[in-house]
Amino acid sequence: MTRYILNRIGQTAIVIAIMSFVIYGLIGLMPGDPIDLMIAADPKMTSADAAELRELYGLDKPIYERYWNWALAALEGDLGYSRLYAQPVLDVLWPALANTLILLGLTMFFSIIIGLPLGIIAALKPYSKVDYFVNFLAFGGISTPSFWLALLLIIFFSVQLGILPASAMVIGNNAGFWEHAAALALPVMTLTIHSIASYSRHMRSNMIEIMRRDYIRTARAKGSSEQRVVLKHALRNALIPVVTIFGLDFGTLFSGALVTETIFAYPGMGKLIFDSIMGNDFNMALIALLFATLMTMIGNLLADLGYGWLDPRISYQGNS
Amino acid sequence: MAAITRDSETMLTLAWRRFRRHTVALFCAGVLICMAILSFSAPLIELLLNTDANLVNLYERFAGPSWKHPLGTDELGRDVFVRLLYGGQVSLMVGLTAAFAAAVFGTVIGLIAGYYGGKFDAFLMRTTDAVIALPLLPLLIVLAAIALSKLGLSVELMESENISLYRIIVIVALFGWTTVARLVRGRTLTVRERDFVLAARSQGASAPRIMFVHILPNVVSPILVATTLSIGNVILLESVLSFFGLGIQPPIASWGNLLTNAQELIWQAPALVIYPGLTIFLTVISFNFLGDGLQDALDPQAMERSD
Repeated sequence: MTRYILNRIGQTAIVIAIMSFVIYGLIGLMPGDPIDLMIAADPKMTSADAAELRELYGLDKPIYERYWNWALAALEGDLGYSRLYAQPVLDVLWPALANTLILLGLTMFFSIIIGLPLGIIAALKPYSKVDYFVNFLAFGGISTPSFWLALLLIIFFSVQLGILPASAMVIGNNAGFWEHAAALALPVMTLTIHSIASYSRHMRSNMIEIMRRDYIRTARAKGSSEQRVVLKHALRNALIPVVTIFGLDFGTLFSGALVTETIFAYPGMGKLIFDSIMGNDFNMALIALLFATLMTMIGNLLADLGYGWLDPRISYQGNS
Repeated sequence: MAAITRDSETMLTLAWRRFRRHTVALFCAGVLICMAILSFSAPLIELLLNTDANLVNLYERFAGPSWKHPLGTDELGRDVFVRLLYGGQVSLMVGLTAAFAAAVFGTVIGLIAGYYGGKFDAFLMRTTDAVIALPLLPLLIVLAAIALSKLGLSVELMESENISLYRIIVIVALFGWTTVARLVRGRTLTVRERDFVLAARSQGASAPRIMFVHILPNVVSPILVATTLSIGNVILLESVLSFFGLGIQPPIASWGNLLTNAQELIWQAPALVIYPGLTIFLTVISFNFLGDGLQDALDPQAMERSD
């Protein structure tokens, strides 16, 4: 088990290292470079000055050499300064990360308490009207563009009814609890409607499979009530595979968070990534993207470990 | 076994019979066909309505539905219905092309990995694991933002009107191949053990011939299902990138970039926000139901096999 965890952590580190190079390279391919930005800011600069600055900043060196220097500095904790926010990148990153974790945590909570019961209800009467209805809801959820859903919710709750704010900018500005709650309502709703689908669909198929098992027949044969059979015998086992969605859905959820945060001006990682890419804030974009990757990989790892912990039949031996 | 004993014609009839029972999928296929016909007859409808998709008329901004403008006009007084149809051409084309490209790429990789196995296979599966775990959208945004001049593309290509179209197709195909590759690889692992593969090999057939002539026809159904399902996803990705101004660039209209200004318009003209989104939703849900129906028809046991 320990060996498995160490293995996985090693793999995660390798992927992160590869991703850091890929992202570093991609960001180097974005329009303009730091010197171009300085030229734009200072009309008196000559091309000789620019070349000198390029040399000073090491921008005339080949990409792998620049990456190597960046990586060495990064390992020593020097991640650079954010151009857009005029702060060290980590000072910008932590609050955004916390905000995103709140958003994703609430989304997961609501998706579970709504999605799982829907899946169970559908599974108890497969191919009934209820089942088709739940299925339709799930297909609807995955087929709706998330940005459009966000806009629809704004039209309904902010424009028509006028009860919820269309922007979450108050977050982190000493606003009260209720202001925070109101600002979170629409972003959480947008993301939840999206992710209910995968929870209910997985739950349904797990539940249907489990209800066909022999031990369910045994439980019924010994006279257990249907309620007891479902809640005590079937549900527990059907819940185990649901843990894997945590991991699998994390990347999707994060992509959804980027859209939702940007539309609602919610100060999280998604908006940070979007703004820093759009604003040529190279240091910030690089670190934020790497952290997003790291987060999804940790999410995956935790889901895999949780799966094995809940289901002792799964062994990690020989499974690299 | 069925694939060996029955000839292909009855296989298709059987699949067709199963597909026909799936009324929702059948209905969705109808919706998609109508959508495609309408979109590609946009120039005709333009003639019929005596208007032009790019005709700006500031005296007729935000007009309501009328005979001349069935869905009204937008913030520049352009006809919303005709623009939706032109957007449909682009969104459907991007969806089909990118999904097809990803399918071809994924099939080749999946076949090679499944057929040869070993280190290449292990490396490939780790790679797909990693790609699936990545936060897709942020990376797509970076890819959509990079300057093509730094990639050394010719000026002629970069300045062509369709460059945003090609770019998005390439980006989506780069990430979209993993699902198909996994499915094909899994199926290839079982098919390569069959007797007819052994027979082909003993007759001296080359590895590419075995892969593409003997194994490929047996893995077509999961490819078809996965590709149909991915078209919906591609359309969603295209729309979100275009919404942020990073996908299809005006003057080409797509369902996504019709919504680029939507957030500012939300207070004045909510209807303008609703139409393009609704067409995206209808199209994507139709592709999803169609894929579901195809799965039931072509690949009845797939639910237990795929992970």
